[in-house]
Amino acid sequence: MTEKVGRTAPRARDIIHLLLVLFITWLMLTSSLHWQEVTMGAFLSLVLALFLARSYGRLGLPPLSLIRVWRLGVYFLVLFAEIVKANIDVAYRVLHPRLPINPGIVVITTELSQDVAKVLLANSITLTPGTFTLDIQGDKLLIHWINVKSEDTAEATRLIAGRFEKHLKAVFA
Amino acid sequence: MLRVVLGTVVTFAGALFLFIGCLGVFRMPDVYNRLQAGTKCTTLGAFLTAIGVGIIEPTWFWKTLVIAVFILLTNPISNHALGRASRKSGVPLCEGSVVDRSQEFDGYEGRP
Amino acid sequence: MSGTVILTLTGIITAGILLCLLRLLKGPTAPDRAVAMDTACTVTTALLVLLALFFKRSVYLDVALVYALLTFMGLVAIARYLERGI
Repeated sequence: MTEKVGRTAPRARDIIHLLLVLFITWLMLTSSLHWQEVTMGAFLSLVLALFLARSYGRLGLPPLSLIRVWRLGVYFLVLFAEIVKANIDVAYRVLHPRLPINPGIVVITTELSQDVAKVLLANSITLTPGTFTLDIQGDKLLIHWINVKSEDTAEATRLIAGRFEKHLKAVFA
Repeated sequence: MLRVVLGTVVTFAGALFLFIGCLGVFRMPDVYNRLQAGTKCTTLGAFLTAIGVGIIEPTWFWKTLVIAVFILLTNPISNHALGRASRKSGVPLCEGSVVDRSQEFDGYEGRP
Repeated sequence: MSGTVILTLTGIITAGILLCLLRLLKGPTAPDRAVAMDTACTVTTALLVLLALFFKRSVYLDVALVYALLTFMGLVAIARYLERGI
């Protein structure tokens, strides 16, 4: 996946993926199927895709397949349920007259290796109940926890990241 | 009619979460806890408000969906950058904090 | 949705922005003020979407999108500045 970037030409697969993403975004933004809009969108998407395909290839995303899109959908459903839980949790803490918090900064480790997967994991941790990612260095994440239940690295990893890591591993396997 | 009622309920939930997030930013004792309240509540609040408006006006739905997804993707990133910057510039944790293991990371030595 | 309901929601959200502005005035350190600013900006994006519904003008949605983009870039720049020390 991590091929050497130099003067190599971008791969056709990257260009097609990027073209599809840009064109769908354009269609959603204009919300019309008039032929002028569609032609202009297709032209702009093609130019941008040709320019940006090399940076996109550098991300090292796994090849697109139907099963992967399905797993990503399952992951987003899990994430949305966790976000709603997080908001009810925060609302309880904020509206409680005595602010029941027990904060601290802990360290957890992750087994994911790709950068995109780590970013997704950090964003998910930020949006879920009581935890907030401060930094990533290597395979360690620095987490601010509003209600510290364990200071031990392995235990904290199981409590915080366990919910998402197996879904993300399935997506990026 | 049912569509408008559903959209109103979703938008109302969004506005309520936005207000709770702002209240959290006002009440919490230190910058990290403020970020906790600010990030989670404003992300879901803005997401629900945009989606609710899209449900009420179906011709706008796709555009509001783009706004909602954009907020969902970028809001955690900017808050994460702010949290890291405040820890690195040495803002202390509040009184009742139990543990601070940030010394194990590079670049966190200065001004605890 | 009637205008009264939209105005009520706008009032709730504006009260939230006022709380953020109070924190912006009080906040003991610079990161506190930056966090209050960030929250107020995200809330303003939602407010613009509601205003689009109130005035029935879809151009406010474009304004909201650009506002969200500029908020994100500005806050990342502020964070980079704070990281070097105040």
